[in-house]
Amino acid sequence: MRATDTVIETRRVMEICNACRYCEGYCAVFPAMELRHEFSNADLSYLANLCHDCRGCFYACQYAPPHEFNLNLPRTFARLRAETYREYAWPSRFAALFQRNGVIVSLVVALALAAVLLLTTTLQQPSVIHGAHIGAGAFYAVIPLNVMITGGLITFGYALLALAVGYARFWHDTAAGLRHPAGLRAWWRALGDAAALRNLSGGGYGCNDRDESFSGVRRSLHHAMFYGFVLCFAATCVATVYHHIFGWIAPYPLVSVPVALGTLGGIGLLVGTTGLLILKVVRDPAPGAREMLGADVALLVLLALIAVTGLLLLALRDSTAMGILLAVHLGFVLALFLVLPYGKFVHGVYRLGALVHYAAETASVRGGDRAIE
Amino acid sequence: MIDLAGSYDVLVAGGGNAALCAAIAAREAGASVLLIEHAPRAFRGGNSRHTRNFRVMHAAPTATLTEAYGEDEYWDDLRRVTGGETDEALARLTIRNSASALAWMAGHGVRFQPSLTGTLSLSRTNAFFLGGGKALLNAYYRTAERLGVVTRYDAEVRNVQLRDGVVEAVEVESDGEIVSVRAKAVVVAAGGFQANIEWLKQYWGAAADNFLIRGTPYAKGRVLRDLLDQGVMPVGDPTQCHAVAIDARAPKFDGGIVTRLDSIPFSIVVNRDARRFYDEGEDLWPKRYAIWGRLIAQQPGQMAYAITDAKALTLFMPSMYPAITAATIEELADKLTLDRATLGETLRAYNAAVRPGRFNDKSLDDCRTDGLALVKSHWAQRIETPPYIAYPLRPGITFTYLGVKVDDRARVVMNNGAGATNLFAAGEIMAGNILGRGYLAGFGMTIGTVFGRIAGAEAAKHARH
Repeated sequence: MRATDTVIETRRVMEICNACRYCEGYCAVFPAMELRHEFSNADLSYLANLCHDCRGCFYACQYAPPHEFNLNLPRTFARLRAETYREYAWPSRFAALFQRNGVIVSLVVALALAAVLLLTTTLQQPSVIHGAHIGAGAFYAVIPLNVMITGGLITFGYALLALAVGYARFWHDTAAGLRHPAGLRAWWRALGDAAALRNLSGGGYGCNDRDESFSGVRRSLHHAMFYGFVLCFAATCVATVYHHIFGWIAPYPLVSVPVALGTLGGIGLLVGTTGLLILKVVRDPAPGAREMLGADVALLVLLALIAVTGLLLLALRDSTAMGILLAVHLGFVLALFLVLPYGKFVHGVYRLGALVHYAAETASVRGGDRAIE
Repeated sequence: MIDLAGSYDVLVAGGGNAALCAAIAAREAGASVLLIEHAPRAFRGGNSRHTRNFRVMHAAPTATLTEAYGEDEYWDDLRRVTGGETDEALARLTIRNSASALAWMAGHGVRFQPSLTGTLSLSRTNAFFLGGGKALLNAYYRTAERLGVVTRYDAEVRNVQLRDGVVEAVEVESDGEIVSVRAKAVVVAAGGFQANIEWLKQYWGAAADNFLIRGTPYAKGRVLRDLLDQGVMPVGDPTQCHAVAIDARAPKFDGGIVTRLDSIPFSIVVNRDARRFYDEGEDLWPKRYAIWGRLIAQQPGQMAYAITDAKALTLFMPSMYPAITAATIEELADKLTLDRATLGETLRAYNAAVRPGRFNDKSLDDCRTDGLALVKSHWAQRIETPPYIAYPLRPGITFTYLGVKVDDRARVVMNNGAGATNLFAAGEIMAGNILGRGYLAGFGMTIGTVFGRIAGAEAAKHARH
């Protein structure tokens, strides 16, 4: 991590926080901070990515603005996180995609959508696109299966590779000095923390989702979105097994595992993303970082669009609208795969890395010292 | 705009922990309540904003406290730190009520950290607010608002008009206007006078100009002065204040906990003349930190410097300010603007006097000096490993002890010994009744909570009869 103005500001804030420690009950950031007397650039990168942006510390802070110390930890960490996304992006020249990320993602979505629609309408007969297709292979009549699989494997495979290299870069930078290597136990604990969003619970009493008051809404919405996403992914996996192992060809009946998983997932994704978007509008902007808003909104809207078009596709799959809907849905999915390593999605990758780091370094440690009066 | 011209059952002067407890208790007893807070909303809460925990009697382990802490042990601790300058009846009342206060606090939105394990023995005696004092205040203000307490920020109580022990009206300044507010009963919870430098100068002279005030700049003691001038009985030594050593680079007001410096037992401390003036290793730091404010206040220019070396850097809690470092003592002297020769001599004499021993930062070890006029009794190690590190120190004033006398119903007592009819007090403004000297971690919040609740309930009872 390079020494930027944001890094310097984060260090200033952390040094004050480390002399205070009042917030240590909120999340993992503070116990991790207490293990350190000074903060290297890499330490700050780790701590910033460990922060889940619950905002409890901002409202509890006796030094929050307008106090002259002007501490705004959630905002400072959010800004630093944005820099770490650029720092660890692979290949490095794509780091610039994180600048004005909302615009970039929107552009990719538009281009991907246009490309899929254009290719479909150019390569396919209008009568096929606008006809009704029923029974096995209906979708593939419009867009051939091998095109879907090839496109999906290439783009998703690339995304996984880029995310993995990003993770490795983050880990190499921030966890190189770890005394205990991160073993299975650390991974198990980190995955548990991530799955439950344990650090998005404000020490068990809820987060400051909107303002000074506490709620669990944001955490629930994130769960709906995340597990919706997972269910959609599971639906695709089950369908792949159906197709290649059992020779059962989509579309599947309404009462079937892939449709059930996909429907439930789509609803979760839609509820979660819509709720999170509303929260972004109604919440107190004070602890947030405006420059992150574009990337946040872009990914949420894209996921919501995938959910909506997926559910519509299910509802209208027997109608003449299916062809266009399929192309639109797959256009959005293609866009998602393309922006996966160059948008807000990467937060999950680095957050998981930070949680693994935290689990490893706190395995044998208990609480720090406190100045008490 | 809040109608100050209206009439309220209870007016609460102040906006910290005690004031909120009083306002909530009075409102829950059925009274209409107006709370007048001098600070703007962002700085509401007085010194409670800088607090962190609450000392509580308990018979068995709880979710937030380990083991047990009984009334007699609590009372012994208090008697020891105050040297007997306390009122046993009021003290025991506070201690006993602290037990039920914990549930009351949780019931009104305060959240606590799970009991802390590890090095900190305070988890047996003190419950820690999740997020600290400001989080507690946020919870109380939310609760008060929900209950219908009317809160006015940026408003200062200037005068409580007393006639024969009866409050007739309260003069409030708000938005540049002075309004006379009518209330059937009044609770004063407006703090001490530690932020009033002119007042401190009465006892400390020009030295007070060099004091740093650790907490809110709004604790000017205006209500306290006003009441004492009208024949309310004072309590506590007016010349005394709780003062610790804080980093001299701290702001004049409101620096809070992060400016405190705990390196003294592992350092030598010199004054402006580069000479030591007190045994830095006299006792364990938790038992000595509170004397160092006064010690530095008595030095020329109210300045001191804690000097140690690289070996000590990780032995104490970090402060928010970086250590001043230097490769040589001469360079360090220059950076601190101390006389090179004198500092060199002080250090040489100290290093020569250090006796070999087994260093242990957690207990009273046997590392001491021998042959110096001014001994360092423990943790004395040679200061010889560069980089040398130093922190500049000034007295940091936490609170003052002067207050108003109250009875066991939080009723303010007049100079003639009679209780005021409808005037009650809670928090720092009356803490001197119980804590006439010294300090016990987390006890200020206990007094504020217990007497806030009593004062609020009694005020409501008076107003509604």
